[in-house]
Amino acid sequence: MSSNKKYWKSVDELEGTPLSQTLSQNEFVEEIPTDEFLGDKTSLEASQTSRRDFLKYVGFSTAAASLAACEGPVKKSIPYVVQPEQIVPGVADYYATTMADGFDFASVLVKTREGRPIKIENNDMAKAGYGANARVQASVLSMYDTKRAQGPTAGGAPVAWSDIDAGVTAALNSGKRTVLLTQTFASPTTDKLVEEFTAKFPNASHVTYDAVGEYAALDAFEAKYGMRAMADYDFSKAEVIVSVGADFLGDWQGGGYDTGYSKGRIPTKGKMSKHIQFEANMTLSGAKADKRVPTKPSDQAKVVAALAGGSTSGLPDNVKAAVAMAKQALAKAGSKGVVVTGVQDMQSQLSVLNMNANSVVMDAEAPRLTRSADARKLMQLVSDMNAGRVDVLIMAGVNPVYSMPNAAQFAAGLEKVEVSVACSMKVDETAEKTTHVAPTPHYLEAWGDVQIKQGEVSLMQPTIRPLFDTRQFQDSLLAWMGNDQSYYDYLKTTMRDAGVTSFNKAVQDGVVMTSAFAKAATTSSDTSISADAGMTTAVQGGGFELTLYTKISMGDGSQANNPWLQEMPDPITRATWDNYLTMSEADAKDLGLWFDRSTFFTEARHDANGGLNGHYAKVTNANGDTVIVPVMVQPGQARGTVGLALGYGKTAALQEEMQTGVNAFPLMQNFMTTQGGVSVEKANSDVHEFALVQLHNTLMGRGDIVRETTLEVFNTRDKHVWNPVPEVTKNHIEYEVTSPEVDLWDSFDRSIGHHFNLSIDMNACTGCGACVIACHSENNIPVVGKSEVRRSRDMHWLRIDRYYSSEDTFELDDTKKNDFSGLSGDNGSLGGFGEMEDPAENPQVAFQPVMCQHCNHAPCETVCPVAATSHSRQGQNHMAYNRCVGTRYCANNCPYKVRRFNWFLYNGNDEFDYHMNNDLGRMVLNPDVTVRSRGVIEKCSMCIQMTQKTILDAKREGRVIKDGEFATACSNACTNGAMVFGDVNDKDSEVAKLAENDRMYHLLESVGTKPNVFYHAIVRNTQDA
Amino acid sequence: MIQVKRRNSFYRIITLCAAFLLTFSTSIFAQVDAAAGDAAAGEALFKANCAACHKLYKPATGPALYGVVEKYDEDYEWLAKWIRNSQELIAAGDSRAVATWEENGKKIMNSFEGLSDADISNILAYTQTEKPEPVVVDAAQDGQGGGGAGVSNNVILGILAVVFLLLVAILFLVNNTLKRFAQAQNIELHQEPKGRPIWKAFVENQFLVLVTVILLMLGGAYFAYGAMMSVDVNQGYAPIQPIHYSHRIHAGSNEIECKYCHSSARVSKHSGIPSLNICMNCHKSIAEVAPEVQAEGVEYGVDYNKEIQKLYAAVGWDEATQSYTGETSPVEWVRIHNLPDFAYFNHSQHVSVAEIECQKCHGPVEEMEIMYQHAPLTMGWCINCHRETNVKIQGNPYYEKIHAELSKKYGVEQLTAAQMGGLECGKCHY
Repeated sequence: MSSNKKYWKSVDELEGTPLSQTLSQNEFVEEIPTDEFLGDKTSLEASQTSRRDFLKYVGFSTAAASLAACEGPVKKSIPYVVQPEQIVPGVADYYATTMADGFDFASVLVKTREGRPIKIENNDMAKAGYGANARVQASVLSMYDTKRAQGPTAGGAPVAWSDIDAGVTAALNSGKRTVLLTQTFASPTTDKLVEEFTAKFPNASHVTYDAVGEYAALDAFEAKYGMRAMADYDFSKAEVIVSVGADFLGDWQGGGYDTGYSKGRIPTKGKMSKHIQFEANMTLSGAKADKRVPTKPSDQAKVVAALAGGSTSGLPDNVKAAVAMAKQALAKAGSKGVVVTGVQDMQSQLSVLNMNANSVVMDAEAPRLTRSADARKLMQLVSDMNAGRVDVLIMAGVNPVYSMPNAAQFAAGLEKVEVSVACSMKVDETAEKTTHVAPTPHYLEAWGDVQIKQGEVSLMQPTIRPLFDTRQFQDSLLAWMGNDQSYYDYLKTTMRDAGVTSFNKAVQDGVVMTSAFAKAATTSSDTSISADAGMTTAVQGGGFELTLYTKISMGDGSQANNPWLQEMPDPITRATWDNYLTMSEADAKDLGLWFDRSTFFTEARHDANGGLNGHYAKVTNANGDTVIVPVMVQPGQARGTVGLALGYGKTAALQEEMQTGVNAFPLMQNFMTTQGGVSVEKANSDVHEFALVQLHNTLMGRGDIVRETTLEVFNTRDKHVWNPVPEVTKNHIEYEVTSPEVDLWDSFDRSIGHHFNLSIDMNACTGCGACVIACHSENNIPVVGKSEVRRSRDMHWLRIDRYYSSEDTFELDDTKKNDFSGLSGDNGSLGGFGEMEDPAENPQVAFQPVMCQHCNHAPCETVCPVAATSHSRQGQNHMAYNRCVGTRYCANNCPYKVRRFNWFLYNGNDEFDYHMNNDLGRMVLNPDVTVRSRGVIEKCSMCIQMTQKTILDAKREGRVIKDGEFATACSNACTNGAMVFGDVNDKDSEVAKLAENDRMYHLLESVGTKPNVFYHAIVRNTQDA
Repeated sequence: MIQVKRRNSFYRIITLCAAFLLTFSTSIFAQVDAAAGDAAAGEALFKANCAACHKLYKPATGPALYGVVEKYDEDYEWLAKWIRNSQELIAAGDSRAVATWEENGKKIMNSFEGLSDADISNILAYTQTEKPEPVVVDAAQDGQGGGGAGVSNNVILGILAVVFLLLVAILFLVNNTLKRFAQAQNIELHQEPKGRPIWKAFVENQFLVLVTVILLMLGGAYFAYGAMMSVDVNQGYAPIQPIHYSHRIHAGSNEIECKYCHSSARVSKHSGIPSLNICMNCHKSIAEVAPEVQAEGVEYGVDYNKEIQKLYAAVGWDEATQSYTGETSPVEWVRIHNLPDFAYFNHSQHVSVAEIECQKCHGPVEEMEIMYQHAPLTMGWCINCHRETNVKIQGNPYYEKIHAELSKKYGVEQLTAAQMGGLECGKCHY
């Protein structure tokens, strides 16, 4: 390149006059005397540089610069000096490992390219049933987080590890009172290590802390079975599921129950499970339930008692009826019925365990170990700290200053602790206040073992060399104990001692079945538990009842700096980048927190470009803690209750863009996620701007989009009744739209070679969104930020549409729409459609994942003026980005609205300062997929890079492709079996069979696009027992 | 030329006699003597048996062998024993053997029981070969082949130019002289009548002007199109690389299979630039090229030995101690074949599945002293090949069904890549 060329911005600079020199030093030395110069005609005329000269120079510089740019850049290729044996540039390697951050636990496979982890997949060998949820899928990006702690510090100044060790060991060896405050590791080896630690330092004790704990459930299980654990459930075996305030499809007791649930929800041989849900907030579980009963938290305990045989007095009539029905169903199901509850008191939890004692669904033999904290011990710790009874506090994987309800007390206590060490990935709210910060690696850089479910140990192995100067907590413990062994060796020894014959095999598989680490049940259960149960008494009535919950995207907030998760829409509200107070419409109207539906004249609820607005509410709990949050009216929210998501409102070690929402942890008094006696009032007249990816709420009776029926109809009636193919008239003859007679397009022969289809079962889809993040990760989808999402410029290739019904059921919607007659009047469509826009108070909910439908007769292809989008023989609709000129005709002509336009350059652009704008974050990009530039349309490619790879592998190995080999990122991520991908020309494939299923229909079939994505109609089990 | 010490007919006779005697009574007359050895035969033996560890003038795995006879005072008996089984000698406690062993880092030398006395004599004779004069490469020469010929051509052209200039001058003078004669003799010279200038005639003919303008515009458009289409087509791009690596020597002279170094081409989308440890597989023992090869380097203005030193520096190989120092500096090669990011190309598809020769796209690499981009790498070039090339289906069960069905549909014997769907946009752009 012409590096020795001199360029100049002005002739002054070329000649080196003092003004330009000063300017180059400091852009704004003083106000530039333009008036003086331009106002004075003589000096202007005396100037050496005339206007014409100036233009000449500008022209010349521009021309010169463009000419110089014509020369192609020199690209360097730097090979390894010594290439690692297992790495072949361009070929991905997979490693099994385990995520265990104290909130999410999952056995996963990590895809690495050239030594960089780029994608998380499910580990099929793991049986514990924890699939990789959205947060686990996104965790790979959290490793490339620029806000991670990059080296040890003491008092905020960088120090060497030896300094940290010296400080800590001195305190430990002098016999100071020490407390280890850690997350739940569920790690047998770490448990052993901590035991050795507390044995070596007799003044040390260990306290575990879960940001969102399951104290009541743990207490109850301990009281009944003598072990601090949680019962495991296999919902695939259930015929009747009654849930009282348990969002078991969300994060209830650690989550991960959706896989088994979905298995039981697919009607086979005329049977499927029946699901009754009593809850306050609208949750994923409630959305999937056959019968959902909005129930206040204070009533939920009564419901549990009533189910256990108590009286139903004091409950509202509809709840009473539902309880009676549930009892009847449970009785009929016998051992195949199950009751689960999220009620935060031990008595309710205990009675549920008793009710389930004979249930085949519950497994108390091999319980889950992913939560372990005890609220009483935490409270004790805080008071000890404040009383000066703790000298050394070592914290690992926890952020109590952010996530404790009594964070202020904890912070005050922390100041009284002589030596405090934060072993955390970030300098978070807690680490900011400690004397020492010992940064820990991300789980993808660490060794470990996790016993998620008793009897199955998952192994954790590093998939990349640590990016920063970090040290595992366990390695730190070993160092402070004066043990010069590495944790890796320690782990290996522990495994070998436990009888794991091949450590390498265990690491390779990621799991090993061993009962060596089984926790022993103590026969004499801790009496203090039942004695102290009063602490977690049922929520008192009076005022509003608040249910704090964790969002499927943000969880406990430990991954708040992850733009994928921030931009992931909430499955129910469809809101991104926010948390908010969910409230019923009636309550909102009462409190003046309601906006009328926007009309032509008023634009209150929505602004001009559709963005949703909300009022601010001031929420005060019984203890007087206050937060100000925006209000979102949530259909299905029980009256007199409000909901608020935890995990938001973080500020420390967080990029400014990610500092969203408000921190709800201060409202979690006594570590209870349900709070009674909460007062809610309008805070101010400000308007909050939400960023929603879906603005309409209901289907308005368009059964073409979501088809739904009941189990009874499904079993007894012909498919044409409940899943008809739309018909159109030609020459006064009715034809099905699938008939070639009424087709605008010529058909191509697609019977040769592969023909890909994607099957989506809406009965199995729980809306969990793992596929959304998997798609982001696989396809380099940019993050656009809150203001762009509000303008509907989100880039998600795969969205999960959520529809409410405007009547109590979708069927009633259809009836209402069909009954319209005339424009005005009682049954007039003019007012009627308006009413149908508003969801019912307790609506039915449907989730529908929508991505490019890869139509065989694609409307987008015919309108592209430059032929940038075209169809392949394999059924995929191709998009050639480099050919696209950005007319957006295709997006306008797409009936499914799945084409997204790059309004801006989203990579390497400071305006979009997310992971694609820094070198670290860009390491997560998939090298096999183009990073799109500004001004082009993009959309789901049906993961053509994956199908092509499968084909190439088969060609290279000279074999025929078996069913199950073809996959997309979303179908791989879906552990619920809702998404099945494959080759329909292979008649024996699963997808070919699904395509023949009675429930199969195409989205907007009447348009005649002949999509290669098809759906399975929802069947609800509404039969009374 | 290879120089051999004390080589004359007398010794040859002696050798012959010795050989004659050896055939009859090996045990009695067996004797190793470098003086009796044939250096040429020894060279062959040396290369076959010793060269893996020894070099003549430089230490390798074992010590340099030049002058080994003198070093051990022409003790042929001992040398023969050592060569045949050094460990036995060491085990027997031979002081000199132990000293030698320790001196060379206690590396165990293979035993060569099979070598006859004559063989050993020959080898030892070869070890006395003098070091040839190194071939000096004048790096100042710009690497332009046939420099000498270039000079002579220029001279000839210069002379010709001078001759023509002289001729012109002479003709001009002759013409002037003749004119003067004519004036002197009052002869009227015939003069052309001045007509309309041709450009005026052209300008007045509007049709011609129109046609010319159209032609010019068409021509201009043609060239402009050509120029536009060649933007970023870097055919022939041959950048200077940090290490002068000659594909001509490796792939051409030495006939090393391309995929020995570019092994990932078999399984990956990248052909892969070999890591330096691959180079060291061979270059651990090849620190210098043969004199003939070095002489070839003169032609290109390259000192190959210096280039090998660059490799050693990059990989951190200390030649003196024959060990890695651990100080590496990865080589920043200049990438020659640059496909844009939006085009997906997979080597293994073409190399392993289609079994296309590397040369088909990369040109005669085995003749390239400096690697250059042979193909234009444009989309048209890709497409043309896909249209013309039949899919290689033989012995690949993957293709059986689809090929049978598709070829029936198209009514052809053999399907081209295009007919298999190789022209679809999304096959390369995603």
